[in-house]
Amino acid sequence: MNRQLLGYALAAVIVAALPFLGVYPIFAMKVMCYALFACAFNLLLGYTGLLSFGHAAFLGSAAYATGHALKAWGWPTEIGLLFGVAVAALLGLVMGALAIRRSGIYFAMITLALAQMVFFFFLQARFTGGEDGLQSVPRGTLLGVIDLRDDLNLYYVVMALFALGYFVIWRTVHSPFGQVLKALRENEPRTLSLGYDVDRFKLLAFVLSAALAGLAGSAKTLVFVSATLSDATWQMSGLVILMTLVGGLGTLTGPILGAFIVVLLENKVGDFGRALSQLTGMEWFNQLGGSVTIVIGLIFVICVMAFRRGIVGEAGALLARRRAAARQA
Amino acid sequence: MIQIFGIPIQALLGQLLLGLVNGSFYAMLSLGLAVIFGLLNVINFAHGALYMLGAFAAWMGLSYLGLNYWAMLILGPIVVGLFGIVIERLLLRHLYKLDHLYGLLLTFGLTLLIEGLFRSVYGVSGQPYPTPEVLRGATNLGFMVLPNYRAWVVVASITVCLVTWFVIERTRLGALLRAGTENPRLVEAFGVNVPRMVMLTYGFGVGLAGFAGVLAAPVLQISPLMGSNLIIVVFAVVVIGGMGSILGAIVTGLGLGVIEGLTKVFWPEASNTVVFIIMAIVLLLRPAGLFGREK
Repeated sequence: MNRQLLGYALAAVIVAALPFLGVYPIFAMKVMCYALFACAFNLLLGYTGLLSFGHAAFLGSAAYATGHALKAWGWPTEIGLLFGVAVAALLGLVMGALAIRRSGIYFAMITLALAQMVFFFFLQARFTGGEDGLQSVPRGTLLGVIDLRDDLNLYYVVMALFALGYFVIWRTVHSPFGQVLKALRENEPRTLSLGYDVDRFKLLAFVLSAALAGLAGSAKTLVFVSATLSDATWQMSGLVILMTLVGGLGTLTGPILGAFIVVLLENKVGDFGRALSQLTGMEWFNQLGGSVTIVIGLIFVICVMAFRRGIVGEAGALLARRRAAARQA
Repeated sequence: MIQIFGIPIQALLGQLLLGLVNGSFYAMLSLGLAVIFGLLNVINFAHGALYMLGAFAAWMGLSYLGLNYWAMLILGPIVVGLFGIVIERLLLRHLYKLDHLYGLLLTFGLTLLIEGLFRSVYGVSGQPYPTPEVLRGATNLGFMVLPNYRAWVVVASITVCLVTWFVIERTRLGALLRAGTENPRLVEAFGVNVPRMVMLTYGFGVGLAGFAGVLAAPVLQISPLMGSNLIIVVFAVVVIGGMGSILGAIVTGLGLGVIEGLTKVFWPEASNTVVFIIMAIVLLLRPAGLFGREK
C-alpha cells in the first residue's frame, strides 16, 4: 500500500516537472484529458463489463456545455466546468437508463445509436456552430485568482482535475460498491441472486463514468479553447476503446498509458511515415500521416487478436508468472 | 394538385419511394447481420465497410475491367463474400471462444482499416456510377412519376430478402442452419461440418451486404464513408426489430425506411434521428424488440 502511494507521489512529481523538462504543455494536457476519458471508460468496460460504444457523447456534450457557458453566458470557469460535468451526468442517466434494458452486444449497439443521435443534435443545433464548432472559448480565471490564460497555470489545474478524477475512480474500484461492479462483470445472474439490485448498480456506474468522461471533455475545452464536432463522433468512441484496450482492460494505470500511446501516435504517425519512406525509399509511406485511421485500425486488429490483456495487463501477468516460478524453485 | 396535410402528393410519394429504397438497404443489411449473429454470435461491425466494398467493386469493375452493372451484380457479392470468408478463416475464427464483444471490436478495427485504405487511395469525395441503360428514365404512373432504377432497387432487394427467407425457413439447408443456431455441438454430432457452415454463413451474410452495395452504386455517391454512416442506423434497426426472426428483420428494415422518408417530408430536421428515437421508444415499451424473444 505504501509502495503504491510512493509510486503515485513520484508520478505526480514527475508530471508536475514535465513542462520544465521541455515537454510542450498543450501536448501533456491533451494526454491527461484523454487519459481521464479512458480511465472513466475503463470503469465501465474493465470493472463492470459493460461495453459502451457511445462515450464520445459525454466527452462532446460536456465540451459543448462548458464552452457555451463560458463563451455565451460568461459564467466563471469553475461553474462552467461543473455545468459540463452535470450535463454529461444527466445525459449518462438518460442513455444509461435506456441502454441497460438490454445487455451484452445489444448494450453496445444501443449506446452507439444513442450517441449518434446526440451527434446529429450537435450537428444541427444552433448554439454549437455546426461543422465549425465553438471557437475561442475564454479560459477565464479559476476562483477569480488563478489566470488560466497562462498555459502553465492551466497545466496544473488540468493536472489537479485529472488527479481528482483518477482518485474518484481509484476510490470507487476499491470500495464495496466497486466489488459489486466486479461481481457484475464476472457473473450477473449470480449477483442478482445474491440480492443486489443489478440495474441500479449498472446505472450508477454508467452515470459515474459519464460524469468523469464529461470532466475530461470540459477540461479539453479549456485546453484547446474550442469544442468541436469531432469530440462527439463514433470514431472518438472507438478511439477511447482502443486506448483502454492497448493499455490494459481492468487495470487502473493501463488506460493512461494507452491514451499516451494513442495521442503520440496521432501526432507522430506522419513523422514516422516520412522516416520509413526515407529508409525504404517507398513513396507510399509519406501518406501515412494523412491516414492515421489505417494505423489505428491495424493496432485494433492486432490488439484483439493477440494482445487482449494490453500492456499493463501483460506486464502484470508476466510478473505473476515470475513470482509463481520463484515460489516453486 | 392533390395535397395531403399541405404537402403535394407528388413530393410525398417521391419521398415514400426514397424511403423504400433506403429501407431495402436496411432490410438487406440487417438480414445479413441477423443471419451472421444467429450462427456466429458476432455483431459484424464491418458490414458497413463491406457494403461500401460492394459499391466500389461495381465501380472498379466498370472503370478498370469494363464489366457492366449486370456482371458486377453477380460478381460483386461473390468478391465481397470471398473477402468475408478470408476474414472469417484468418481472424474471426479464433475469437469464438471468447466474449462476444471481441468479435465486435475486431470487426470495428477492420472497418477502420478498410475505410482508411480506401480513403488514402480514393479520397473522401464520391465517385459517380452511371445507371444501367435499361433502367434509365422514369415511368409515368398517372398519379406519380416512378424513376425506374429506384423501383428496380426495391423489387430486387425484396426478392433477394424473400429468397433468403425461403432458403432459411423452408429448405433442408436452412433447417441445418437453424439447428446450428440452436445447438451447434449437437449438429456437429450428426456429422455436419459446422466450422465450414459457419464460414459459408459469414460469407453469405457479407455477400448480401456486397449485393446491397452494388445496388446502391448508381443511386448514392460511392465514397469510403458511405458504409459506416449507414451501419449505425442499421444497428438501431436491429435493436428495434430484434434478431429473432428473418421476416421481422425485413419488415422492420422496410418500415423504418418508409418512416424515415415520411419524416423528411413533415419534419426534415428530425429525419436523421427518427430511427434512434423509435429505438428509444421500443426499448422502453418492448426491450426485446418488436420481433425478438427474451433469452
